[in-house]
Amino acid sequence: MKLLNAIDKHILQTVAGMHDIPQGAYNIRKNGEGVSRNSTANIEIRPKEDKPGIDIIVKPGTKGESVHIPVILTAEGLEDLVYNTFDIGEGADVLIIAGCGIHNPGDKNARHDGIHNFIIRKGARVHYVENHYGEGDSLGKKILNPKTIIEIEEDGYAEMELVQISGVDDTKRDTEARLHKNAHLLVTERMLTDGDQFAESKIIVELLGWDSSARIISRSVARDKSRQIFYPVAVGMNRCRAHVQCDAIIMHQAHVRSIPEIAANHADAQLVHEAAIGKIAGEQLIKLMTMGLSESEAEETILKGFLK
Amino acid sequence: MLEIKNLSLTLEGDKGPVEILKDINLVLEDHLLYVFTGPNGGGKSSLAKVIMGIYKATTGSIALDGTDITELGVTERARLGIGYAFQQPPRFKGLTVGELLQLAAGEDRKVKEFSLLYDVGLCPQDYVDREVDVSLSGGELKRIEIASLLARKLKIAIYDEPEAGIDLWSFSRLTDTFKKINERFDTTMILISHQERILSLADEIILIADGRIAEKGKRDTVWPLIMGEASCINCDECVEGNDEVAECYR
Repeated sequence: MKLLNAIDKHILQTVAGMHDIPQGAYNIRKNGEGVSRNSTANIEIRPKEDKPGIDIIVKPGTKGESVHIPVILTAEGLEDLVYNTFDIGEGADVLIIAGCGIHNPGDKNARHDGIHNFIIRKGARVHYVENHYGEGDSLGKKILNPKTIIEIEEDGYAEMELVQISGVDDTKRDTEARLHKNAHLLVTERMLTDGDQFAESKIIVELLGWDSSARIISRSVARDKSRQIFYPVAVGMNRCRAHVQCDAIIMHQAHVRSIPEIAANHADAQLVHEAAIGKIAGEQLIKLMTMGLSESEAEETILKGFLK
Repeated sequence: MLEIKNLSLTLEGDKGPVEILKDINLVLEDHLLYVFTGPNGGGKSSLAKVIMGIYKATTGSIALDGTDITELGVTERARLGIGYAFQQPPRFKGLTVGELLQLAAGEDRKVKEFSLLYDVGLCPQDYVDREVDVSLSGGELKRIEIASLLARKLKIAIYDEPEAGIDLWSFSRLTDTFKKINERFDTTMILISHQERILSLADEIILIADGRIAEKGKRDTVWPLIMGEASCINCDECVEGNDEVAECYR
């Protein structure tokens, strides 16, 4: 493996919880190229031949294994585009830790666009965690634009945790999911923006199959002059259930728009949406202060809990 | 000991300033259990909030163990050992019951969340990992609020209408818990309540009406006034034999 420096290690720890080279399958990508990769007997990772990116193929029945695929950007002016395909075999049950961290040392922008395709085969289960993080005090922006396309076959299940920790100046998230018979999806999106940052997230879930279900939970905090827009959409095409829930805490001069949409194209589709935007309630702050926390400690505690 | 001298509180209302508390003078001794009672809007909760520092007194002073705390804010008073359980506690999305109790206990004290929850009549296994959010009923939330005060080692513990929203069975356990705390620790307890069973716990009862201390004394002295078993001695508006004396409190 090419040597990773202290910045790389810090980013790996932040976005993927990696203190060292992980057990099992992994692929570490840095500044537009793969720096280290490992496949296992059940999980094969191979580079795409026609474009940048990797195929991650999980054998049917694989259980209890994990895949780490972090991306590091530490150069200014870099525009990294990557296509990753996840093929999760029938009956498999795996954890995938993705994530991208940008350390931009210069005044030119650094950008990573990740296009992820998931095929979750019959009866398979996936827990996918994606952390996005930016750092660096220079003028160059840290830009992350993930696009995630998920196809869940009969009886499949996917849990997607999409987290933007901090420091990302611009992001446009695009998530599309198609659920077949008795397939289930849980999307949890958590986002924090501050300064002049901008974040937009579109999530469209089509419930195609009988008894499919989806839950989309978005929790965000917008501080300073940052702006956020959310478009979660659930479309019921069959007997199905979906719940869309967007909560945002707004602070300072921030702007938040939340536009949840539900569309039923079948009489047995049960779809619910709810959205709320508000500042931290004064009673919450005072309650924590009566327990001995300072006002700023109380605020941090509330935000940390909300985004957990 | 908590000593309140010449305290008044005026808050801004829709139609101008409203005098909420007037010339309050009160000494609360260590280790005693006080019940603040009186009619709605009389100033009980306002006085409790002034003690906690949530409202700042307009005039007068408050001293804790001889130290003037009048100018201290909520956090500082909390760190000196004053605690307040809200009548309508707030909810916290993302914060679990266990985390809230540990926060209440502070960094230095590891609390046993399970025994705290048991003390307020909640099955610990069912609650410790639950979020303090809308999934909890008002009564459940109230009990967790009380537990958050039990988690702390306090000099002054104020419980604002602890019985509100709590079922009869849990309430019985709660009054036992209050008794236990009062017997075991040096905490001065202030319970704001109209409930007879809470009043029966009191060492002293303080009647607050129309922003003033209307009566203060040992339970056995003040109790008959509240229960309408004696006519009110301090009130010009009541006449002997008035059936409504229990409603008057003046």
